[in-house]
Amino acid sequence: MQTLPVFSAASAEILTGIMICVTLLAQTFLGDKVKQIAYYLVQISLVAAFILLARELYDPAIITFSGMFDDDAFSRLLKLSICAVSFFVFLYSREYITEKNMPSGEYYILGLSSILGMLVLVSSYNFLTLFMGLELFSLPVYAMVALQRKSVINTEAAMKYFIVGAIGSGMLLYGISMFYGATQSLNFADVAKVVADSSAPQSMLLVFALVFVVSGVAFKLGAVPFHMWVPDVYDGAPTAVTLFISSAPKIAAMAMALRIFVDALPGLVLQWQPILIVLAIFSMALGNIVAIAQSNIKRMLAYSSIAHIGYALLGVIAATDEGYSTAIFYIISYAIMTSGAFGLLTVMSRNGVEIENIADLQGLSDRNPWLAFMMLLVIFSMAGIPPFVGFMAKVAVLEALISVHLVWLAALALLFAIIGVYYYIRVIKVMYFDSSKAKQQAVNLPLDKNIAISVNGLAVLVLGIFPGSLFGLCLSVVHTGF
Amino acid sequence: MIPLSHFLIVGAILFGLSLAGIILNRKNLIVLLMCVELMLLAVNTNFIAFSQFFGSTEGETFVFFILAVAAVESAIGLAILVVMFRNRGTINVSELDSLKG
Amino acid sequence: MEQTIHTLTLLAVLAPLVGSIIVGLLCMRIPKIIAHSITISGVAISFLCSCYIFDMIVLQGYPAVNFIAYDWVTSGSFNLDMGFLVDQLTSVMFLVVTFVSLLVHIYSVGYMAEDSGYARFFSYMSLFTFSMLLLVGANNLIQLFFGWEGVGLVSYLLIGFWYQKDSAANGSFKAFLVNRVGDFAFLLGMAAILDYFGTINYAQIFAQAPTMAATTINIFPHSPWLVVTVICILLFIGAMGKSAQIPLHVWLPESMEGPTPISALIHAATMVTAGVFMIARMSPLFELSDVALSLVLVIGATTALFTGLIAIVQTDIKRIIAYSTMSQLGYMVAANGASAFSAGIFHLLTHACFKALLFLAAGSVIIAMHHEQDIFKMGNLKKYIPTTYVTFLIGALALTAIPPFAGFYSKDAIIEAVSLSTIPGATYSYFCLLLGAFVTGVYTFRLIFVVFHGEEKMSNSLRQVLHESPKTVRFPLIILAIPSVIIGAVLAKPMVYTMMGLLGNSVYVASSHDVAAELAADFPGTFAIIFSGFLHAPFWFAAAGIFVSWYCYVKHPSLPVQVVEKASWAYKACVNKLGFDAFNNIIFVHGLKKFSDFLYYVTDVKWIDGWVVAGSGNGIVRISNLAKKLQSGYLYHYAFAMILGLFGLLIWLLVF
Repeated sequence: MQTLPVFSAASAEILTGIMICVTLLAQTFLGDKVKQIAYYLVQISLVAAFILLARELYDPAIITFSGMFDDDAFSRLLKLSICAVSFFVFLYSREYITEKNMPSGEYYILGLSSILGMLVLVSSYNFLTLFMGLELFSLPVYAMVALQRKSVINTEAAMKYFIVGAIGSGMLLYGISMFYGATQSLNFADVAKVVADSSAPQSMLLVFALVFVVSGVAFKLGAVPFHMWVPDVYDGAPTAVTLFISSAPKIAAMAMALRIFVDALPGLVLQWQPILIVLAIFSMALGNIVAIAQSNIKRMLAYSSIAHIGYALLGVIAATDEGYSTAIFYIISYAIMTSGAFGLLTVMSRNGVEIENIADLQGLSDRNPWLAFMMLLVIFSMAGIPPFVGFMAKVAVLEALISVHLVWLAALALLFAIIGVYYYIRVIKVMYFDSSKAKQQAVNLPLDKNIAISVNGLAVLVLGIFPGSLFGLCLSVVHTGF
Repeated sequence: MIPLSHFLIVGAILFGLSLAGIILNRKNLIVLLMCVELMLLAVNTNFIAFSQFFGSTEGETFVFFILAVAAVESAIGLAILVVMFRNRGTINVSELDSLKG
Repeated sequence: MEQTIHTLTLLAVLAPLVGSIIVGLLCMRIPKIIAHSITISGVAISFLCSCYIFDMIVLQGYPAVNFIAYDWVTSGSFNLDMGFLVDQLTSVMFLVVTFVSLLVHIYSVGYMAEDSGYARFFSYMSLFTFSMLLLVGANNLIQLFFGWEGVGLVSYLLIGFWYQKDSAANGSFKAFLVNRVGDFAFLLGMAAILDYFGTINYAQIFAQAPTMAATTINIFPHSPWLVVTVICILLFIGAMGKSAQIPLHVWLPESMEGPTPISALIHAATMVTAGVFMIARMSPLFELSDVALSLVLVIGATTALFTGLIAIVQTDIKRIIAYSTMSQLGYMVAANGASAFSAGIFHLLTHACFKALLFLAAGSVIIAMHHEQDIFKMGNLKKYIPTTYVTFLIGALALTAIPPFAGFYSKDAIIEAVSLSTIPGATYSYFCLLLGAFVTGVYTFRLIFVVFHGEEKMSNSLRQVLHESPKTVRFPLIILAIPSVIIGAVLAKPMVYTMMGLLGNSVYVASSHDVAAELAADFPGTFAIIFSGFLHAPFWFAAAGIFVSWYCYVKHPSLPVQVVEKASWAYKACVNKLGFDAFNNIIFVHGLKKFSDFLYYVTDVKWIDGWVVAGSGNGIVRISNLAKKLQSGYLYHYAFAMILGLFGLLIWLLVF
């Protein structure tokens, strides 16, 4: 006889799900009367979910819903960051969405649905919930990319994203079906048990399955060679959507990777470690190198995200508790940096101006010195320059690698990081040292944007100077969570 | 009784067909959508076969979810396709190259 | 109690930083009065906290506090903390730094009043104070280095404060270059410590020091060096750069291009003493190596004499004081070399007061003279600016070590200590320092006589408007004059002439070097020493110096001209800064230029730029452009890449 599931464990998900329906109804019936109602409702639900999660952050782990759903400290921390980052994302996007005449209700509702998918994905403890979370998180995003229905570029990006995304999830599913065949189970704990004491003949099947699953995960992360969608989608989507895609989904994808590799497949570590090493090296190399040749800043940041995913994977590759915690630290700090960078691009794309190329930032230091300074913080942090959080994150993953004697990999990662500095610095140079050719107006922002951008930019600095607490959090989450 | 391996081979063939379709087809986007569906069907075949073989219902349940998701996917895919056709007047895959580099 | 000291230390260190950030960020938008109020209150808070800490740790003798403010990086066994070690040495330095900084801040209100970069100036000064406190408060080498670079950075910024002037920009550049040499060695020293000791925390280094005493390293084949010696020499080269010791002293005179308050704060009282402080801080290591101590002693003594000689022929009022600063730094370094760390720190303390006083008074003269700095265009100023004259005279007497002024106690202790020292080079150093005392008398009173006495050589129009400086300028002068008179007498006994004096166990002296103990044994008493001071050689040397300059510049003003004619070679040598600049020019500038031309044209342009950078840079750009093509834009290529990746991995894993 099955007992009732512990609904409170999924309180944030349930709340979000209800709020999606409420927002949908409110937008449909009150959308004309109350301006921006969807925006406010979505932001309220994110704040509420954040509070719910924060209150129970250190509660003991519960596995419920027939072993489908794992509510542990690890998932709570990542959900917290997803909610927080998304809150900033929606905050930055508001004016952009209105000004570009995009259907604003849809943007927020689709965004919130996608967030619900991420929350489910992060907590999944069964391949079924993992798959459902993943699809719920991806499908709205395809639609979001095509939100500007009149735009040729948007729809092209959406189509590409959709097709490659479908292939990605097809591969993942095929891998899952293999695992099901090899282990007779979809539950992570059972899979882990069978994998751990599997004998030789089965392991062939397991490796076969593993490669497919890794491909699916790598697709979501945007790691080479499953990265081809990243630049096109980042470039083609409206900046506000790019902002959304580039931030919280990275956290969710990393959570998925950790769930699969650490919860379900610790027994295959000797197999997935080399695969990830290859993916990480290719990602760091290709991301950093191709970014140099970009003149479009969204594309450049897309390649930079590919490189960053490579670095974050280094933490997983280390395959120690310390390594996993550094991967979490890396991905959270990356989400903060990237939401800052794309957030700046979004908020600056106003009054008919669209920031597309690096050259569009020319003379930003004169037009709005504070924004330029915030951009400087974020870009320096991405480049991994001390004392910003990006530097600490890089140091942490490299340290984790060195402690498991993968010094050569750390050295290689460092080499690519040095190459990477070049294109980041170029952005700084354009902002501070190139005077704008056309007489451009000063950039002025509404107060809430200014505050949000400042919080975001300074967080990069403050977390870099005081990384201890977040580090501690990541480590304790790994110790108790897995 | 047909052995399990036959089902798996059918699944693999379906999967391979879908991959081949995606790579080889340079004309029609709808064919791409069909290939994606085919890929999911390959997975479904696998799940059903394993489920039948193990005598457990877990795999069959999964198939229902996959079917539902497949329906959603084709809905979204076709929606994007329609929007695209309105903008460009074509659904030729090889003309879909304004984003690159 | 420990908790109080934690809080106060953090408050003392962070208050100037906060002030600096606020003023720095808002510098364009706030009126001057707010800019200086914020920074001055920041430094004032810092000063009060330092007073309290000094009272607790030094006077009441609470044990040293060593705490970690926060963990910056923890990676494996290696920790990077921001921590503070508040012991007697640190407390003394805190007091000196915040006291002088506070007065200089107040002084700058009047001195910089007309300047357009007013707020920027105050922001820099507070930032400097923060970095200096970080440096002296550190409990590990990394943080020390952080502060070390921080003060250096602010120093370059402030030397080049009037960056529109070429000379200022060049001076800043020179300071930067010379300090790089020192810093490089310092970094190597730190790396060596990290390598051999496995830690950069003072407490852990010192705990391990005795066990490392015999470890050797082969730098050249078959010539083993003590590791400690190597480390200490490297660290000392760093100190040479920062504390302007021969031959890395050439940047300090150029630094006088900065505003005068900066010369007082950074290039006299605090930053340049960082090297002296660092040697005292690392005393447990230096004490293990006689070679390093000898080097320190000889370099210090040489600097003390020769830079003093150069000072005699300078004509720029600030440069004279700058050379005198180097000379006095030489005394401090020599004291450290003779293991009389407490005497060195004592001289640092008194010197900070009277040298800041001299600089600020010189600044007051410069304001009065409308930015004329050539002393031979002044004369008889005592009539016009009496307060400045009196305070300048007090500073000068302290500098010349005339009892009972502050400088007497400290300098006498140093010379005494060096005379008692037995390490190699001690005798040479003793004579250098004695002669140095004579030279000090000559150049100091030459300055006094030429500037404040004699005939008035300024233009008539200038004479009409000569008047005393504003109150904010005079106030710090008077405040600084007080310690310049009494601080020596007050602190001499507890600081130097007592076993385990005020510095207590914050500096370590090996028993074989313990000159301080001998000093303490011979101490006749604070007042008795004044009288016995009249019998000591240093006093007579100094007095002779004063007499000579009186004879030359007041009695027979024509004499110097004749001397210059008769002994033109010596004069020229001194004017040419004893050839250090020429030496540097020939060896470093020309020689290096040749070498660097070679490096530039051949290795750099051809090999590195041509092959490595263009090879790697262009190569990477080329690869980048090539790899960009991979992103063809075609969906089927994207799918193909994914499938290729999938099968690639499959084949790799299944086949191999």
